[in-house]
Amino acid sequence: MTFIAKPKVAHPSLPKNALGFTRRDYEGALSTLCAGCGHDSITAAIVEASWGLALEPQNVVKLSGIGCSSKTTAYFVSGGHGFNSVHGRMPSIAMGANAANRSLHYIGVSGDGDTLSIGLGQFCHAIRRNLNMLYIIENNGVYGLTKGQFSASADVGSRAKKGETNFQPPIDPVLLAMTLGASFVARSFSGDKQQLVPLIQAGLKHQGFALIDVLSPCVTFNDHEGSTKSYAYTREHYEPAVHADFVPLEREITADYKEGETLPLIMHDGSRIVLRKLDAAYDPTNRTLAAVQIQERMKAGEYLTGLLFVDLEPAKGAFHVVNQTPDAPLNSIPFEVLSPGSQGLEKALARYR
Amino acid sequence: MSAANSTRVNDFTIKIATVNGTGSASANTLLMKSIFRSGIPVMGKNYFPSNIQGLPTWYEIRITRDGHVARSGQVDIMVAMNAETYARDAKEVAPGGYLLYDSTWPRPALLKREDITVIGVPLARLCNENFNGVRTRILMKNICYAGVLAALLDLDVARIRELLAETYAKKPQLVDSNMKAIQLGYDYARASFSCPLPLRVEPMSGTAGHIMIDGNTAAALGCVFAGATVAAWYPITPSTSLMDAFKMFGDRMRVDRDSGRRNFAFIQAEDELAAIGMVIGAMWNGARAFTATSGPGVSLMNEFLGLAYYAEVPAVIFDIQRVGPSTGMPTRTQQGDLMECAYASHGDTRHVCLYPANPEECFYMAVQAFDLAERLQTPVLVLSDLDIGMNDWMCRDLKWDDSYRPDRGKVLGKEEILKLEKFYRFIDKDGDGITARTLPGVHPKAAYFARGSGHTQYGAYTEDAADYQLVLDRLLKKWATAKKLVPRAVIDATAGAPVGLVSLGSCDGAVREAIEVLKSRGVGVDYMRVRSFPFSDDVERFLAAHELLFVVEQNRDAQFRALLTLETAVDKSRLRSLLHYNGLPISSSFIVEGVLAELRPRQRLQPQGALRG
Ligand SMILES: Cc1ncc(C[n+]2csc(CCOP(=O)(O)OP(=O)(O)O)c2C)c(N)n1
Ligand code: SF4
Ligand SMILES: [Mg+2]
Repeated sequence: MTFIAKPKVAHPSLPKNALGFTRRDYEGALSTLCAGCGHDSITAAIVEASWGLALEPQNVVKLSGIGCSSKTTAYFVSGGHGFNSVHGRMPSIAMGANAANRSLHYIGVSGDGDTLSIGLGQFCHAIRRNLNMLYIIENNGVYGLTKGQFSASADVGSRAKKGETNFQPPIDPVLLAMTLGASFVARSFSGDKQQLVPLIQAGLKHQGFALIDVLSPCVTFNDHEGSTKSYAYTREHYEPAVHADFVPLEREITADYKEGETLPLIMHDGSRIVLRKLDAAYDPTNRTLAAVQIQERMKAGEYLTGLLFVDLEPAKGAFHVVNQTPDAPLNSIPFEVLSPGSQGLEKALARYR
Repeated sequence: MSAANSTRVNDFTIKIATVNGTGSASANTLLMKSIFRSGIPVMGKNYFPSNIQGLPTWYEIRITRDGHVARSGQVDIMVAMNAETYARDAKEVAPGGYLLYDSTWPRPALLKREDITVIGVPLARLCNENFNGVRTRILMKNICYAGVLAALLDLDVARIRELLAETYAKKPQLVDSNMKAIQLGYDYARASFSCPLPLRVEPMSGTAGHIMIDGNTAAALGCVFAGATVAAWYPITPSTSLMDAFKMFGDRMRVDRDSGRRNFAFIQAEDELAAIGMVIGAMWNGARAFTATSGPGVSLMNEFLGLAYYAEVPAVIFDIQRVGPSTGMPTRTQQGDLMECAYASHGDTRHVCLYPANPEECFYMAVQAFDLAERLQTPVLVLSDLDIGMNDWMCRDLKWDDSYRPDRGKVLGKEEILKLEKFYRFIDKDGDGITARTLPGVHPKAAYFARGSGHTQYGAYTEDAADYQLVLDRLLKKWATAKKLVPRAVIDATAGAPVGLVSLGSCDGAVREAIEVLKSRGVGVDYMRVRSFPFSDDVERFLAAHELLFVVEQNRDAQFRALLTLETAVDKSRLRSLLHYNGLPISSSFIVEGVLAELRPRQRLQPQGALRG
């Protein structure tokens, strides 16, 4: 296999964002995934969301572990650096990178295998640190790249392509993240761009750890009858509870929202996410109640989707707040400021004489 | 009681046996520091258990007017405060030596040795009569033996007071209570024995321009001065104090006065896999970052080290080696990670390693490690050990050159990027195997994709045989460049002998002392202390120039010797191993005996003394 670059011919009629970039400018290398793979739709949604937010491409940092899903960081925003690390360990790379330069947008892409088995520990601890990043799980219930073994998100009773049934209870990243104190938790479906794109935008603007668990069918190993992560099954059991609209700073909220059913959240830069409750009883700002409702619906075989929980004070407990890091990136602080010099050494050594 | 010793000034060893968690550490530090302040070179080694309270612990103080830094291998005065280890402690005293014990409780079994002098002081009784509270009495009993030793050895009590005043600057009442305990012991000894003993100290001026510092503190200082801003680790003995020290110095020297913000990120990771991942992420993103760990941590870091090697990301790792295999003996010292670090991770991987011999070198090599890692875009492992890291060593004053500027290696800035038509991450323009890198956030033209999967010199994914091999071969070229950049070996070939001693790291002090002893017995040997991996050319030359080479190291499997045979052209049959691996720091006598055991029969066979230096 070799590297295939997508030809970039900017058609004059393509719409441009505030930076004068077209959607093509947010694309990456050509995908080598199977045709119809859910992951490719998520890539497209990331492209759309980044273009819509008019992110400076070089300020996007793309991080991933190993898996079909983790390969996709090469397929969007080619103007941003990418780091395809080792299996399950992307969160630590993200932590270090973010510690070095807090001013960039960190997008982590992982799989259900990468996050929920080998990488479960790092995933949990990134949440606990409220690391400022968007973390997308491209969840297909299987290990795609190693050819279809069950992952830890496979539901009880789900059948593998070769016929085997899964009996182990799944780990649900949404519920797990909520109990660990995550400040932004969402679920979506690769087939629902309407829902996914604004969620990605909201997650990128969120000042803390933003998780989006995206159901993303594997057409090759987990799209058959009997699988609970197939396109057909997902479409049928997929239940939007809260729709999030991302409203950039310069735009007015124009949509016709009904009183009492919407909640505008102001982001740190003044942009807003307007949450629209599709399920009147659902409260995305109440961690405990939301978790109960998600579980109840799950028992009934439904995936609640949308922005399922958001902390109204996300910066609380965020890594850099706790660490008291300066606003300027640590990697930009001049050496003269960092190194105390010979006089500083003299002073430091006094107690060792 | 034995016959009186002949006088021995400033040249003997005291060993103190106590129970851990009883505050003996402060008494021992006090003793050692007051000797140091009297201008007398001193060595202190702590043999402590992996336990918080209640197990035996020893502290060895060698007073050494000649400035030796290793164990002598002999104990002249034993302070036997622990009933549990009493019998073996008594046995360890060299003939003619002294045994000090707490005579509050009689110990008839003691009197079995006729060749040593036994000194009983009712320490517990003295403290019970003079202090209140169980805890205070236990703590003061330890301070009290320091007072007894002060009288026996002729230590200056005023100096002890001065040190206590510094330590408890903020709690003057502690100075008084500690001094009271010192005085109790001191006065009792003066009244009961003829003080000082023939083994005694006399002020001299042998410590000017020196400090007493442990290697972990010195390494942490090095990281601060090198400009490290991201520190990530998972606690493990004996490396934890390095991170503690970094935080302490950071909080003192890296906090912005106006904003109160800290110019460093300090991250306690969930495990060592995460710790090294954070370091790699941070250095990939242009910060100087490091982690400190020990053998078990390095084992966990293997996969990530391979990634950093192949994706060419700098990283700095301090491995404070302890006794393995597995959990081993966490509070004992060894050089057991030499192999593991040199070749960590699967596939063709080799890593730059530095081998500091003492705290002074920990400081300078910490700085060097960052420069090498960034210049070579690869992990650099600094292999210290528990002996260097956690014991206080007398070493030369640390110096800082204010003209130092970090070598950030080939990192293209925005201006340079703008001049490029296109940026390719892995094309070797300079022929040294090192290719230019860029940092995120600078310019979209310079974005690249770092990966541990097969890649072409353009940075793209590949499974193509030739493309893959091109990059792998270029990494070899980089390895050759590393050979030229790493610190040279320290070679002393003044003996011009056909016999050479080859060693590394914390063996150095013992080897140097052994060479002096051998010389005094008419055996001249040359010495090479290797300071880095890959081995520089001078290593090859030294090995080639000597007929018989003793390789001195602190592990069972001769890992250093194995590295030498793998990575140089040396003829294996000329190498003899001297292996010390019981967990205690190597002593000079071990080396002297090892060398003589090999040379004596040879000299008998070859009366011309072909191997005599
Ligand atoms: C240490 C290690 N163990 C095993 C593997 C093999 N491996 C590669 S991808 C993968 C599973 C990926 O599953 P998932 O994260 O769900 O990604 P998907 O391919 O389904 O998108 C495994 C087990 C590896 N790369 N590294
Ligand atoms: S194997 Fe499955 S997950 Fe992997 S690319 Fe194909 S469809 Fe996608
Ligand atoms: Mg998967």
